[in-house]
Amino acid sequence: MGQGRGSGVSKAQAQNAEAPELRIRPAEAADLGQVIAIDAGVTGIEKTDYWYELFHRYGGGRTRQRLFLVAESGDVIQGFIIGEIRDWEFGSAPCGWVFGLSVRADARLAGVGTRMLEAICDGFRHGGVNKVRTLLARDNSLVLSFFRSQGMMAAQFIPLEMDLDRL
Amino acid sequence: MKLQKGTSLALYSVLEFAANPGRQLSAAEIAEKYGASTHHLAKVLRELGRAGLVESARGVGGGYRFSGNARRLTLMDVIDLFEDISTRTGESDEFDASSEVGRAIAAVMEEVDEIAKATFRSITVDTMLKLIERQRRSANEAQAAIK
Repeated sequence: MGQGRGSGVSKAQAQNAEAPELRIRPAEAADLGQVIAIDAGVTGIEKTDYWYELFHRYGGGRTRQRLFLVAESGDVIQGFIIGEIRDWEFGSAPCGWVFGLSVRADARLAGVGTRMLEAICDGFRHGGVNKVRTLLARDNSLVLSFFRSQGMMAAQFIPLEMDLDRL
Repeated sequence: MKLQKGTSLALYSVLEFAANPGRQLSAAEIAEKYGASTHHLAKVLRELGRAGLVESARGVGGGYRFSGNARRLTLMDVIDLFEDISTRTGESDEFDASSEVGRAIAAVMEEVDEIAKATFRSITVDTMLKLIERQRRSANEAQAAIK
């Protein structure tokens, strides 16, 4: 996930007065080029097939359980967020999961991530759940800080892993 | 992970100042609130002042006020000024690394420390102020429900 924070006042903040209004809406196939570019800008890997497959499953507002939203300003996609409602995973009551969030580098610190998170949380509420979770790398301080700033706290779950070649 | 007394006082102080950005607070006020000696708190405030997180205010009453950036400053930034936990690992001499048991316990302690450090790095002063406000609201609602 790539919601980052630059230094000082962002360009986005400085340009806010003349920027077109930000709109959060379900992703469409025509958005994928910009979505892929934003993701590649953060991760350094252009995962075209992955994004088309993801859009096939989550895009276009297909189900209430799965949400793939973009933040659009004029004809520019400023960011995207993806999540779904998962039922009874590891004994948990159904809850919303955010597993993808990224904001265009020059649009950060202008509330784009906040607006997208609010929108996906509204979608989760509409889907009948009252909790949202996410999972991040421990060293991803910037995105961790973003979710913390939105009020997220440590969950009741502990992620575990092991190297399979040890078995 | 246990923080030293001075570090805890620094966190208390930064949060008190940041919660009241326009208000001057004296070392004595904060010391009294958190049961610390004014002398110890004054040393902590001097260090925070050197780091540019508080500035001393002149005039009647004197005192200090917050001069940091609450949306940028993390708990780890404050902790780092007083003790170096960033390189602390479970492999410290707290456990006997020459024994298998000691090494295993150290590995678990390292896991605990790494989670603690990631948490400190991800929480800004602004996020803490929001948390304080949420807790205050919940407490008020609980009180109102009792009445």
